[in-house]
Amino acid sequence: MDSQALILSLQLAAATLLVLLPLGILLGRWLATRQFAGKIVIETALAMPLVLPPTVIGYFLLVSLGAGSRLGQWYTQTFGQSLVFHFSGLLLASVLVNLPFAIQPAQRAFEAISQDVRDAAKCCGMSFWRALWHIELPLAWPGVLTGMTLTFAHTLGEFGVVLMVGGSIPGETQTISISIYDRVQALDFDSARQMSLLLLAISFGLLLTVSLVTRYSERRHEARDI
Amino acid sequence: MKPVTSDLVATLRQNGPVPLDAEIRCPAGQMLALVGPSGSGKTTLLRAIAGLFRPQQGMVKCGEQTWFDSAANRFLDARQRRVGYVPQHFALFPHMTVLGNVMAAMQDKPNAQRAQAAMAMLERVNLAGLESRLPRQLSGGQQQRVAVARALAREPEILLLDEPFSAVDRATRERLYAELAGLKQSLSVPVLMVTHDLYEAMLLADRLTVLHHGTTLQSGLVHEVVSRPQSLDVARLIGMRNVFTGEIAAHQPEHGRTLLRFGERLLETPHRPELALNSRVHWVIPVEGVILHRRDKPSRGEYENPVEGIVVQARALGETTHVELQLAGQGDTTRLAFSVPTHSAMRNGVQPGAQAVVSLRAAAIHLIKYQPES
Repeated sequence: MDSQALILSLQLAAATLLVLLPLGILLGRWLATRQFAGKIVIETALAMPLVLPPTVIGYFLLVSLGAGSRLGQWYTQTFGQSLVFHFSGLLLASVLVNLPFAIQPAQRAFEAISQDVRDAAKCCGMSFWRALWHIELPLAWPGVLTGMTLTFAHTLGEFGVVLMVGGSIPGETQTISISIYDRVQALDFDSARQMSLLLLAISFGLLLTVSLVTRYSERRHEARDI
Repeated sequence: MKPVTSDLVATLRQNGPVPLDAEIRCPAGQMLALVGPSGSGKTTLLRAIAGLFRPQQGMVKCGEQTWFDSAANRFLDARQRRVGYVPQHFALFPHMTVLGNVMAAMQDKPNAQRAQAAMAMLERVNLAGLESRLPRQLSGGQQQRVAVARALAREPEILLLDEPFSAVDRATRERLYAELAGLKQSLSVPVLMVTHDLYEAMLLADRLTVLHHGTTLQSGLVHEVVSRPQSLDVARLIGMRNVFTGEIAAHQPEHGRTLLRFGERLLETPHRPELALNSRVHWVIPVEGVILHRRDKPSRGEYENPVEGIVVQARALGETTHVELQLAGQGDTTRLAFSVPTHSAMRNGVQPGAQAVVSLRAAAIHLIKYQPES
């Protein structure tokens, strides 16, 4: 068992979640409530990570963030380190590939809130933030929770993008899924099995929790209906 | 006398997406009904007054406050206006209790006072005891009351009701009419109610504005608009069934009347000197203005404007029978609609094929300038 890789994966997943929680809520709500020309282009672009091979996304990120790119050079000059083959680059890549997992469920949840309810909140004199916190988030939270769980689980299991952008530097960019690959390459099947089972259990547990929480919330509402 | 606080004056214009060309006036303490068919822009107008969207042009003033003035580039949104808004399906916050919903509209009050004030508001709308329920645990009528309580909890300078009775059953509706009428008495702000039901408007409102394609066609006191529509469109939109054409035959100012030629007949109507002699006009009469003569006591000539015809339809709906009379000498399509108590219809033998004589009350006949059919 490579605990270093496990901790790194959990750190990466937690950091990704921290970035994508507010981003998913605000972008999801924005897309749910606004109609504008070009919205479909934005939605399509945000959904790209769902269908593109992770290596393709990894390739583009490597090229655009690497030492040969302007962005990469600027980042190195400003922060004194390279984005690629570093945890910060890994985080950036992870945020980008998880955008659809975080945003789409939140967007669907905000779309389910009727315009009348938003109007009523305004007529009650609630500010945007107050209405978001007291009215919209309590109604949209199952969607937001689903998005965040998918993001967390997906980050733990991400392989292609992480390998392309981060390589496999132990303690720096070697996540648990890359460690599993390395162990298999080294014919250390015992460690690979342990880590695979752990990853399987974590992912299953997370998804089961979301399903149970969502179902409990629905049943609680149904039970109170008259 | 109720204290007069703030009258509402609104002029709103825009080309799209929902075209508007509307002028609304509602004195404080009165209820204005916005009546029109579906898609006539009623809800859009209400939302514009609430500040939920910004029209292209116009002005909304409530008392001394200007909420919107396109010329001065001034627009206060719904949060900045004190508006009590009851949307069509009430839009209660589904995750909050009844009490929570009402407290949500008291953003300005200190926390300690909110629960107490919300409880008082719930008592006012007869909902005491239900404060800990969620909206989905309430009946349609109770939900409507919560929505009204929430709207009033904002201490609004205007109350806006968007088809407030459309989501409740008939029996509940009748009860809520009485409650709203009672509530209106205690309010000193303008109340705007959107409805497509003229009966509701006549029952509850003081004033009426008829809307069509976002344009206000006529505004005034309810009975004025209903009895004296300014145009053929208004007559049709308020559901007038007796709409005919005739010619001005004579003006008799000494008798305070104008004579109308209708086929072979001359009908007495209220004096309208501005209508030129021999000009074509439309004329309308509400069903209440048609009075059936008793069969056992023929009275032709005794009453105003007696006309006879053949009953082509007599539908008894409970205590009232709705009758259509084909007028003698007016062709097959000219039919006069009126209602009589069912017992009276039976006693007088009002049934299809029977002859009947009715009087058209002169004061109830209203003349409208002729408009060629578009």
